[in-house]
Amino acid sequence: MSYIKKPKIIRDNDPRNKLGMTFDDYEGVMSTLCAGCGHDSITGAIIQTVFDLNIEPYRMIKFSGIGCSSKTPAYFASQSHGFNSVHGRMPSVATGANAANSELLCIGISGDGDTLSIGMGQFSHAIRRNLNMLYIIENNGVYGLTKGQFSASADLGSTAKKGAPNLQTPIDPCTVAISLGASFVARSFSGDKDQLVPLLKAGLMHRGFAMIDVISPCVTFNDHEGSTKSYMSTRETKREAIYTDYIAPFSEIEVQYDEGTSVEVDLHEGGKVVLHKADDNFSPLDRGQSIKAINDASDKGELLTGLLYINESQPDFTETENTVIKPLNQIAFEDLCPGSEALHKLLDGYK
Amino acid sequence: MQPTNTKDPQYYHKVVDCQWGCPAHTDVPGYIRHIAQGEYTQAYLLNRESNVFPGILGRVCDRPCEPVCRRVRVEEEPVAICRLKRVAGDLKGDFKEYLPPIPKQKNGKKIACIGAGCASLTLANDLLPLGYEIDMFESLPKMGGLIRSNIPKFRLPPEVIDEEFDVIVDQGVNLYLNHPIESMKNLLAQDYDAVFVGTGAPKGRELDLPGRYETDQVFVGIAWLESVAFEHIDSVGERVLIIGGGNTAMDCCRSSLRLGGKDVKVLYRGSRDRMKSSDWELEPALEEEVELVLNHSPEEYIVENGTLVGMKFGVLEWEQGENGRLKSTKVGEVVIPCDTVILAIGQENSFPWVERDIGLDFDEWEVPVVDPTTYESTVSGVFFGGDAAFGPKNIIEAVEHGHQAAISMHKYCHNESLTERLPYGMNLVTAKMGLHEWTFSNDYGYENRLEVPTVPMEKRFKDINIEVELGFEPGQFKKEVERCLNCDLQTDFAAELCIECDACIDVCPVNCLMISENADEAVLREHIKTPANNLEQALFVSETLPQTGRVMVKDEDVCIHCGLCAERCPTAAFDMKKFTLEIPYAVDEGQLSKRIESKKAS
Repeated sequence: MSYIKKPKIIRDNDPRNKLGMTFDDYEGVMSTLCAGCGHDSITGAIIQTVFDLNIEPYRMIKFSGIGCSSKTPAYFASQSHGFNSVHGRMPSVATGANAANSELLCIGISGDGDTLSIGMGQFSHAIRRNLNMLYIIENNGVYGLTKGQFSASADLGSTAKKGAPNLQTPIDPCTVAISLGASFVARSFSGDKDQLVPLLKAGLMHRGFAMIDVISPCVTFNDHEGSTKSYMSTRETKREAIYTDYIAPFSEIEVQYDEGTSVEVDLHEGGKVVLHKADDNFSPLDRGQSIKAINDASDKGELLTGLLYINESQPDFTETENTVIKPLNQIAFEDLCPGSEALHKLLDGYK
Repeated sequence: MQPTNTKDPQYYHKVVDCQWGCPAHTDVPGYIRHIAQGEYTQAYLLNRESNVFPGILGRVCDRPCEPVCRRVRVEEEPVAICRLKRVAGDLKGDFKEYLPPIPKQKNGKKIACIGAGCASLTLANDLLPLGYEIDMFESLPKMGGLIRSNIPKFRLPPEVIDEEFDVIVDQGVNLYLNHPIESMKNLLAQDYDAVFVGTGAPKGRELDLPGRYETDQVFVGIAWLESVAFEHIDSVGERVLIIGGGNTAMDCCRSSLRLGGKDVKVLYRGSRDRMKSSDWELEPALEEEVELVLNHSPEEYIVENGTLVGMKFGVLEWEQGENGRLKSTKVGEVVIPCDTVILAIGQENSFPWVERDIGLDFDEWEVPVVDPTTYESTVSGVFFGGDAAFGPKNIIEAVEHGHQAAISMHKYCHNESLTERLPYGMNLVTAKMGLHEWTFSNDYGYENRLEVPTVPMEKRFKDINIEVELGFEPGQFKKEVERCLNCDLQTDFAAELCIECDACIDVCPVNCLMISENADEAVLREHIKTPANNLEQALFVSETLPQTGRVMVKDEDVCIHCGLCAERCPTAAFDMKKFTLEIPYAVDEGQLSKRIESKKAS
């Protein structure tokens, strides 16, 4: 961590978005993570995303649990809402917030431990509910806060800093999420903002549970030779299954792809994704094919990245549970709490 | 783009804007840090190495460093570099023991210096430690040249000149005061090994209009200032007109106020933005209620019965002509009553004592033909420096001329090629002390520029010797030193160590970094997060990065050298390194000469 605060300096030609805000305006406090942590780079990508999407900070809520990853929400969008919850229990809190105010854009940030170990149950059920949120897993394969033990996402044979190999099979959050019925599943890498930023935009504009597994190297405990989640090995093994462009509403599609190789999907909250296939045998619209492609790549020692599965037509939590669309804080007190008489009437109805 | 060669000292030198802008390349951030740590003597000595007269320059330097200060590109006002230099001059302790020793055994070479101004004294300062014997001739009764005679005492007290000049003279200059050189021919006939001319540009320009010689109340500015300096003139009429818009005009008007002038006007024929005076010389004059009259062109001195009563001016309007040049139209006439007129419309070189048949060539403006690198005239062994060399410039230029002429004269006396000079060198040392601890204060100072305190208006005019600016007191300048952005602490980048984690890019407070595919400069400039629009500032491009083959790009324009890129770098690919420019002086050439000689002997 640095001793000095990041100076606030506005330059005349600093980019400004449609709200007149600069990147600085979307920043948070100085990161206290290790220098070079992949998580900080993801923070940078999130700032770029919300800047480009012209999101007013008050329209956004950030959630996290416990872990290095879960410190991230402090480092961006200081003016937004936020809740740092119990270890692995972030989805419950997010569900509550979603029920109370479905208009907020939810960003949940978790890690491989917070999601795939202690939070596995909550994670699974958030997917089942198709909770309307962007769920980012900052996946580094180790428990950084407790000095680098293997996490549930560590690959077989990947070594710890002192050389001991991991002997347990990893949980792949992408195949798990697809098989549990997630409506948006992607994988990316903290060191590749060109790929990550469009995915974050699409995920945020998707209605339903958008999970992005971001390989985010731990520079302190998992960036050595023998690690399969180091900067170097991720760059060597990652293979883009599909190129993703996010196209904002009312804007032109600049890149033209050959017919038959690209797919457009309109996003519920605005804009659309244009998916350009890198591989003819892969379709992000087919669950079975996606899971197979991910597993096949993994068998070859490759890391399949990009938007791996999308289903924009699946109803989200607010729809299936028929929750109130209007935020609770905008509903008159008398309507929210109609009094004991009304309660009795309701209870009588069940008799 | 080709990778940037940061091993060339000039690359990092240019990043240190103040040092790059200074003709003598003073290590400004270096001495400001010494001041910040209370090391005033070190600050003084560091200054003295390059500019020789920190006390004098801390008051009256033309400060080319300040307009180019990086701070101006981040906010509005530069660091008060010049006034901090004065702090070093005011608060230094005894420094003489740290000066290079003067050998008792002389080297047998004898040099004549004509004029005892800043250029000559710099030359002496550089050549005495090499064992030269120096005879210095000055026509006036005191040393100093134009800074003694033309800069009023309320801006530059004589004691400051005495102190800094005496240090050099006391090292063994044979000084001849009241000793004008009447003939160059005679001087060359004597047994000097080389001659240096540092006689300034002592002739004020005349304005020969009707009535000029019918009165004794029209003065030529620099001659008038000299008479005031040597107390031959101690009064002036109540209504004074100064003709001209340069710094001499400012000195004349402010001096007039102290010699009895009540209604002092400065008249200039153009608009204010075309005036040559520096803002920091014009502003105090306006504060002292000198009236500035623009677009007035002098036409006639009005003299009645031998007494100057006024001056006639044409009132001008200016417009852009077809060829882009400004064209004036006279739109009226006005007579401004006055008792005294002082002409401050420029100064010129004047060498009546140099015979024209000795092979020393002059151009059409009486300026000698001098080589801009070696400072040698067309007579071999005769060197020029200061205003005498290329016409009126400023003090800090004169100092640099002195340094360069000293190198040439040393080489000349040792039969070495004058043009084969030592190149600039550099030293680059990491500033890292701990995990996030540096040898410099890297926190950004948000303070505005500190104004230097001055003597209250009512006390200023009683005596021309009262220095107006008081200089910063200890404690006052604590915040000002923090405004310095430490541009000499370079963000040195080692491409082979970079793992492309983007940490530096994300943390940079001025968005001046980018990792990208290499491309043409224009493309790279456009794609950096905040586009690099200032084409005067370099774009750094690294060697190819090992993991992806991309390059690191940095816009040097407004990097504030906070070091956060280096703090956030996990592999120390970015490191903050203290850059020191190694400037070759005559002593360095001297050491080289010795080495060459001993090699020859062996």
